[in-house]
Amino acid sequence: MDTLIFYYKTYPVITYSTIVLTLVSLCAALLGVSLVLKRFSMIGDGLSHTAFGATSIATAASFAPIYIALPFTVVAAVILLRIRSNAKIMSDAAIAMISSSSLAFGYLILNLFPSKSSSISGDACSSLFGSASIIGIKKSDVLLCAVLAALVLFVFIFFYNKIFAVTFDENFAGATGTKVEIYNTLLAVVTGIVIVIAMNMVGALLISSLITFPALSAMRVFKTFKKAVICSACIAVVCALTGIMVCIVASTPVGPTIAVANVAAFAVFYIIGVILGK
Amino acid sequence: MALITAENLSLGYEGKTIAENINFTVNKGDYLCIVGENGSGKSTLMKTILGLKAPLSGTVTFGDGLRKNQIGYLPQQTVTQRDFPASVTEVVLSGCLNKCGLFPFYKPSHKALAAQNMEKLGITALADRCYRELSGGQQQRVLLARALCASTGLLLLDEPVSGLDPIVTQEMYSIIKNLSDSGLTVIMISHDIAAAVLYATHILHVGHTPLFFGTKADYLESDIGKSFVGDAGKAILGNYDTINSIFHQNGDVKK
Repeated sequence: MDTLIFYYKTYPVITYSTIVLTLVSLCAALLGVSLVLKRFSMIGDGLSHTAFGATSIATAASFAPIYIALPFTVVAAVILLRIRSNAKIMSDAAIAMISSSSLAFGYLILNLFPSKSSSISGDACSSLFGSASIIGIKKSDVLLCAVLAALVLFVFIFFYNKIFAVTFDENFAGATGTKVEIYNTLLAVVTGIVIVIAMNMVGALLISSLITFPALSAMRVFKTFKKAVICSACIAVVCALTGIMVCIVASTPVGPTIAVANVAAFAVFYIIGVILGK
Repeated sequence: MALITAENLSLGYEGKTIAENINFTVNKGDYLCIVGENGSGKSTLMKTILGLKAPLSGTVTFGDGLRKNQIGYLPQQTVTQRDFPASVTEVVLSGCLNKCGLFPFYKPSHKALAAQNMEKLGITALADRCYRELSGGQQQRVLLARALCASTGLLLLDEPVSGLDPIVTQEMYSIIKNLSDSGLTVIMISHDIAAAVLYATHILHVGHTPLFFGTKADYLESDIGKSFVGDAGKAILGNYDTINSIFHQNGDVKK
């Protein structure tokens, strides 16, 4: 506990990082419930790879990654969703193609145009697995992330009933006058935003754990949409905070620590679900 | 003016026609049954009426001031719904969404409407239960209650009894008949020609050239009707009132 207080006093940036990480986990978990139920989990995974590719281009061009990765990923999100609703192209194969080609392009660009400031493997590693320690998160990113996260949260709460309807039964919603396309696109855009923010901190390869685990854990135990969403949000916040504390005290990398916390939470909820089911 | 008019509709996927020259009209209070074999384009036709799918050619026109957010729809169940965490109330209430417009939340009047429709279909006791844990018949009632929340006069039902056992099937048909009797316009897709002949006022038989569209009595006299229903149809028709009174004697729904 003393160590924690010491760190928070010495490095004020940790306070910001804690807030942003918690907000991002919360957003990811909220969207996660809808994405998992719509069978879009793999789209989240594919998008994070796309974001990695975009970030590499930004690094090579010495731009702030987020300004390139954000539009790139949002566009990719909308395209992936279109593919998904078009029966002609196999969507899981398309996602696999986009994921692996983005990874390949990203790493290739990092090698062809190495940035002067840091090593190639260092850049790649922090993009893929997140910052090595919580102090490594840049203060400039923190404010932008906080704003985007707040936006996502607002969209989710404001369109909660529409998101439920579109997730539960797209045909019914469309037939009775709800603009399904608009809400699906909104969901894709917001997912893209969350993925880009999260990639800065937890890494491209670990974002899926923030999206899928809290939702799946919550659905083991809770049987109404509202309860599942609230529980999913709570799990995400608790796991993010626990993960950050462990990071600070044990100097572990942020992304994997939070991801492991989410795996542990899933195990607990799985067992609770089995016990309640009997 | 008719509620729905379809003119020279052609339906299909990616240029491949599965049904063409579909013409029919639906008037207020009609109970239209769309029958035909698997793959004859019944569900596609319904999706076209609902505007979920564009026809290859031809038009569907809404009359009598009918708007899209006044239609209730009972779709076939999807894979997603099998493991979806949702309470009965949440599902039924989502039928009121088209009354919300841009307002983000449900109003007390929407909740009252949902409660009223749950009462009407006898699922009030299930309000807090999880949708995926209900029996097939209960799930269909929940979806029907949702459709009623969305509807102010027109109800479209896509195979409402598929996968239900015979007793529950009869209950479902009798619920739909009551709704039709109360003034609702009903369009139903069915495999079950006997039930169609028993309950509907009009029949549209697709997947056959020429298509048949007309009243039930005309259908039984037509060649296509005779070959599909035969003399049994007339017998059913003769017994119609008897059967109906049996249902109504035991309350609205036969237990």
